[in-house]
Amino acid sequence: MLKFKNRDTLLSIALVTPSIVAVAIFIYGFIAWSVRVSLSQWKGLLPDYTWVGLKNYIELFRDARFQVDIRNTIIFTVVFVGGSLLLGLLMAILLDQNLPGETFFRNLFLFPMAISFIVTGVVWRWLMNPATGSRISGLNQLFDSLGLDFLINRWHTTPFWGIAAIALAAIWQMSGYTMAMYLGGLRSISDELREAARVDGASEWQIYQHIILPLLSPITLSAMIILGHISLKVFDLIVAIAGKQLPLDVPAIYMWQVTFDGYFFGKGAAISVLLLVVVSLLVIPYIRYNLKNEADV
Amino acid sequence: MSALRFRFQWRYLLLLPLLFMTVFYLVPMYVMLVTGFKAFDEVSLKTMWALPRGIAFDNYIEAYQKLAPSLWNSINMVVPAAILSSFLGSINGFVLARWKFRGADIIFPLILFGMFIPYQSILIPLVEFMRRINMYGGLPGLVLAHVIYGIPITTLTFRNYYATVPKEIIEAARIDGADLIKTYLHILLPLSLPSFVVVLIWQFTSAWNDFLFAVVLTNPDSWPITVALNNMAGSQIIAWNVQMAGSLLAALPTLLVYFFLGRYFLRGLMAGALKG
Repeated sequence: MLKFKNRDTLLSIALVTPSIVAVAIFIYGFIAWSVRVSLSQWKGLLPDYTWVGLKNYIELFRDARFQVDIRNTIIFTVVFVGGSLLLGLLMAILLDQNLPGETFFRNLFLFPMAISFIVTGVVWRWLMNPATGSRISGLNQLFDSLGLDFLINRWHTTPFWGIAAIALAAIWQMSGYTMAMYLGGLRSISDELREAARVDGASEWQIYQHIILPLLSPITLSAMIILGHISLKVFDLIVAIAGKQLPLDVPAIYMWQVTFDGYFFGKGAAISVLLLVVVSLLVIPYIRYNLKNEADV
Repeated sequence: MSALRFRFQWRYLLLLPLLFMTVFYLVPMYVMLVTGFKAFDEVSLKTMWALPRGIAFDNYIEAYQKLAPSLWNSINMVVPAAILSSFLGSINGFVLARWKFRGADIIFPLILFGMFIPYQSILIPLVEFMRRINMYGGLPGLVLAHVIYGIPITTLTFRNYYATVPKEIIEAARIDGADLIKTYLHILLPLSLPSFVVVLIWQFTSAWNDFLFAVVLTNPDSWPITVALNNMAGSQIIAWNVQMAGSLLAALPTLLVYFFLGRYFLRGLMAGALKG
């Protein structure tokens, strides 16, 4: 009996070992390798691991382009995460009212999740055509013909705030996701709880304010982390809408250009390591929290 | 009064914001569709919002001619990537959920973390590695990348599923003399078919929609659809109407999956948020 069990244990280990080794090498080994590259002066096609310490990082923080990246990432994150949360919550609350057509709306709001940022980007690129006057087209033309002239704008070519227009396309793509998360949360709140509050004389508004919204806050936190880490990594959506333009630069695009167009591997690796650090600050506490909760159940 | 008669209720006014949102979600689809079906001579940025006069396939034909090789590249890459990573995830999930060996609870969060990393942070080593093993530029290397970086999410989904299978079923199998492999093949594998659908769809969608790995790991001959479409959109020569038609071709496979298997798609989505 004991022998049999040992054989199973051995077999278990043998079955997961390839994956564990792969994760160890391709994730952790490669991260270490990137860190090493970021501390080197490697610039050019041939690897050059000459140690330069933190030089690449220090130069990045002095770099005007990287300042633009940080600014754009902050604007994008605030608009995208804030917009998706608000819209998602609003839609989830509306869909939770037992209205006709609920399934239709739910499926419709979620379908953009199935398509790629590239497709979304190519379509929004034409919707957000910034041309004005006789060459007006896209959404601006639609606003013009509906008499909503005040909405006409230069979209992603707006100075400073252009990145917010990209965030609008990202909201289109991802707000269904927050809607689904919130709707799941609303469905798990028992009707008895709402009934009890009604019996105690609470208005619908008070029920939302004091009972439902507080119960949804763990979902808000999860959604903020999931969307937040997506927005730190945003790359393909911007490339598809606007190409690689300096005013819309973000760390992921800078990293890509400096590494694969400019062959400055040391600097590219430094950007990628900084990205990883910021994402980890968000994600590691989240994973710990989730696993702890799971263990408590 | 008949119960079937529609009775107006004030709360139906709540449908108005929902209808407004419907317009917001449908506008890009509308433009993509109407532009695609217009004949070449009626395509103009000025009449972007007008319905087509008839149904023409000019744009789709031209887009398909330009994108066909990369559409096939995508199919040839996505099918093996999705199947391989589902099986790998199933085996890992099975072991991690059932047979707790020492260190399993350290290894698990470490695997999970891999789901969230920005892939930029492994990109330079990945390209170097693929060059050294001579897999740079082609589809096999891209498949390998999707399979390996898919391990975290596939393992997680299956582990969460297998953790819900009652212990008694497995105990009963062991008493009947089934070993690890038999328990897996005859009991858990058939039980986990729905999870296979979830993971297959998830991996299919994410590999199909991936751009980052594809753009750095493949040569133009092996470009999948996302890279080819982006390239087409950046070119000055190809008209916007063909780009719109190309976008629909690129979106169609995953949209069809969503329409027919949306329930499973949603479950994958929620697993990605660690909510099992």
